Amino acid sequence: MWAQVNQQLLTMKPKIAAQSGTFESSDVIFLIEPLPENSGRKLEMSSTVMQQFGENFKRIIVEMLDQYNMTDIHLIAKDKGALEPTIKARLETAIKRSLDEQEGTLK
Amino acid sequence: MLNSLGREIPEYIEGIGKLEPFQGALTKLSKGWMDEPTIPAPNKAYLPHQSKLCNSLEEAILRSNPHNGMTVSFHHHLRNGDILLVQTLTILHNMGIRDITLASSSLNECHDPILPYLKDGTITRIYSSGIRSQLGHAVALGVLDIPVVIHSHGGRVRSIHTGKIQIDLTVIAASAADCEGNATGSHGKSAFGSIGYAVIDARYAKQVIVVTDNLVNFPCIPLSISQNFVDQVVVVDSIGDASKIATGTTRITNSPMDLRIAKLAADVIENSGFFEPGFAFQVGAGGASLAVAKFIREKMKTKGIKGSFMLGGITSYCVDMLNDGLFETIFDVQSFDATVSNSLLNNRRHIEIPAALYANPFNCGCITNKIDVVVLGALEIDVDFNVNVITGSEGKVRGASGGHSDTASGAKLTVVVCPSFRGRIPIIKKRVHTIVTPGETIHVLVTERGICVNPAFPELEENLKRAGLNIKDIHDLEIEVDKITGIPAPLEYTDKIVGIVEYRDGTIIDVIHQLKEK
Amino acid sequence: MIQQGGVYGADSILLDLEDAVALNQKDAARILVRNMINVIDFYDSEVCVRVNHLSTPFGLSDLEAIVPLQPSAIRYPKTESAEEVAELLQIIEKIEDRHGLPHSKMTLHAMIETAMGVQNVFDIASKFDRVDAITIGGQDLTADMNIVYTPDGAGIDFARKRIVMAAKASHIDVIDTVFPDVNDEEGLRKETEYAKKIGFTGKAVINPRQIEIIHDVFTPTEEEIRKAYRIVKEFRANSAAGIGVFAIDGKMIDAPIVTRAEYILKLANVTVG
Repeated sequence: MWAQVNQQLLTMKPKIAAQSGTFESSDVIFLIEPLPENSGRKLEMSSTVMQQFGENFKRIIVEMLDQYNMTDIHLIAKDKGALEPTIKARLETAIKRSLDEQEGTLK
Repeated sequence: MLNSLGREIPEYIEGIGKLEPFQGALTKLSKGWMDEPTIPAPNKAYLPHQSKLCNSLEEAILRSNPHNGMTVSFHHHLRNGDILLVQTLTILHNMGIRDITLASSSLNECHDPILPYLKDGTITRIYSSGIRSQLGHAVALGVLDIPVVIHSHGGRVRSIHTGKIQIDLTVIAASAADCEGNATGSHGKSAFGSIGYAVIDARYAKQVIVVTDNLVNFPCIPLSISQNFVDQVVVVDSIGDASKIATGTTRITNSPMDLRIAKLAADVIENSGFFEPGFAFQVGAGGASLAVAKFIREKMKTKGIKGSFMLGGITSYCVDMLNDGLFETIFDVQSFDATVSNSLLNNRRHIEIPAALYANPFNCGCITNKIDVVVLGALEIDVDFNVNVITGSEGKVRGASGGHSDTASGAKLTVVVCPSFRGRIPIIKKRVHTIVTPGETIHVLVTERGICVNPAFPELEENLKRAGLNIKDIHDLEIEVDKITGIPAPLEYTDKIVGIVEYRDGTIIDVIHQLKEK
Repeated sequence: MIQQGGVYGADSILLDLEDAVALNQKDAARILVRNMINVIDFYDSEVCVRVNHLSTPFGLSDLEAIVPLQPSAIRYPKTESAEEVAELLQIIEKIEDRHGLPHSKMTLHAMIETAMGVQNVFDIASKFDRVDAITIGGQDLTADMNIVYTPDGAGIDFARKRIVMAAKASHIDVIDTVFPDVNDEEGLRKETEYAKKIGFTGKAVINPRQIEIIHDVFTPTEEEIRKAYRIVKEFRANSAAGIGVFAIDGKMIDAPIVTRAEYILKLANVTVG
């Protein structure tokens, strides 16, 4: 019981659907939706450079979801050859928006 | 067997024959003659006052002895507006002809409709300078059993002379022709300018059909193709989509990146030691490699330098420079817009040339032998300055050898312009997927992040450094780009060879392996 | 695209979190710029970030994210008074303290875009060591003045000159507003020549294609450099011999001419051997 509660305190779930990025070349779009309890993570990834950078793309996403301890999350990623700092920036933005935690912006 | 660039070349390929490995750009030429014998042109006789006119393309093809295993050829002067290639192959297919060798001087997106014929055995071999779009993708995936042969413009002429390509039927689109088959592309509603790639086909094909949508009174002037080579003439409503063949004028790009690279390239040329009165110049047809002309034009005016001739691949920008008095002559093997066709027709110093005179190395000297400065693009370039213009980084066949290796071998200064990466894909690699033009013929690489000089030319590097240009070691630039994009995972291939890349002398400079698609 | 910003040879790149960014994308822009500054190489170009005004819900978050990265400068929009700048610097210094950063590395570029800003410009330009440039924002200024922008710049001409004077009196750089028509190269050249004539030390750019023309106008010609070299060289020789005023080609060369010649050599990166 104690371990279970602990686990629940540690993980974060998206509160609202959120989006970041654009459809422009060299950019990436992230769409986040909350999922019901205990759904885990559902990841859908597509990229114009999937062949060459698919592994790297997936790794960045998983690492950041781990960093924010995200679960019960549906994440759709559509990449058009964005560089690493762009991917990370867009994902961080989408996660923070989905947690309803973004500061210094209008919603 | 390994060729001199370290690429593995098979000794023999079923359906193509014995292969000779590449051994250096000038090795075969320096002999002074070509080892391979040339084949004779067809043996014909014609009675006076015969009619060559046919009622339809189909009728003309029927009369041309179509048979299984035949080789059919076309020129690509109609670019993406061409409809005749697809029409001809469809007619042949419907006649039940199979095992065709397609020898079009290049292949474009508009030719995608023949893809089913590659799948069902109608077409079994392809010789071309370039393959793109769906055809290119299918070729990379191994749709044909026999590898395609990629050749340069000059190399195609050589192949036809030696009988490597033995043309049974050539269909020559012309924007104006007369009843005897004198034909040209320089005027008419579908005018496309120079018809330079078709001249060798007219000379060597066993059957020559000229197709026009503009029958003029005899004689059709100029005689770009002359009647003594033509068997049949067909008049159709349209030889292609004029709007896709040659529109208006070619604009210089607005892309800040391309302009930046072009400006740097012009600085390189200016300080190279080759920017002298009487210099001969060739640029590309778009993007950065055309934009260089804009900056060179300004520099020529400022410094009062007059050039000798422009060569190519001619756009209206070149015509403007001719009319400005900045160059004395244009040699035109392919015209890219309507302004060029007009100039070709009306200006005696704008000269139409056939592919043989343009770039065949096996004669007393083609015009690429006289180029001082050429500006070329690249899909990829490696740290040895080898250039790939045929396969994309994702492994698809989507480019053309064209005049790339021809001009690079002749020019005193070959400048390759390209961004250091496109999207997330590095263009500067440790090793390119497919070598088309060998590094020994490339002098300088110009990117937005730095200029790299081939170490084989230390005097050039000195000149450029003294001029204060941003010279970087290509190995350093390659590492810099890797840091920006990350290192891409290598593509996966099978052992099956789907294409061989000929150098202009007929040796094999590289092969293309079948792409494993996930 | 930010990742290509450094290749165009601009002297300074401005990464904008303010007017170029929609109100509901301020967070996205901030995170993206923060990531990019860390990682992308801008070569010889300085990096400047325009933050949102502190009166907006975004300004403070911008500073929190950007100040620790210490770009070359922060550009502050719609600056209207020395008090504002003091408040801004206080906040910046607090953030720097928290991160153990000195107060002297990153500088401030104040944008004058309102009538009030034009009125108070000398205070803004002169009172703070960290303010090392002022720029004029032509579009916003005409809006604030409730006039229409005209290509001859008549409406903002007084503002331009007043801002330049304040900058000169404070010995800092002053940068002219952007020329919005990217395709009008002649117009750009004319406006840049005017800006140079009245004392601006640089001009803002809206498209990389404009850089060459602006550099061309501001860069001393070979002739000017040669003349300046000669003046400085002879000045030094004469000074060493104890002679204060001398003539070159019949023209008297006194102190202000020498100063101007030294400035030209500095611009052209030429040292007198």
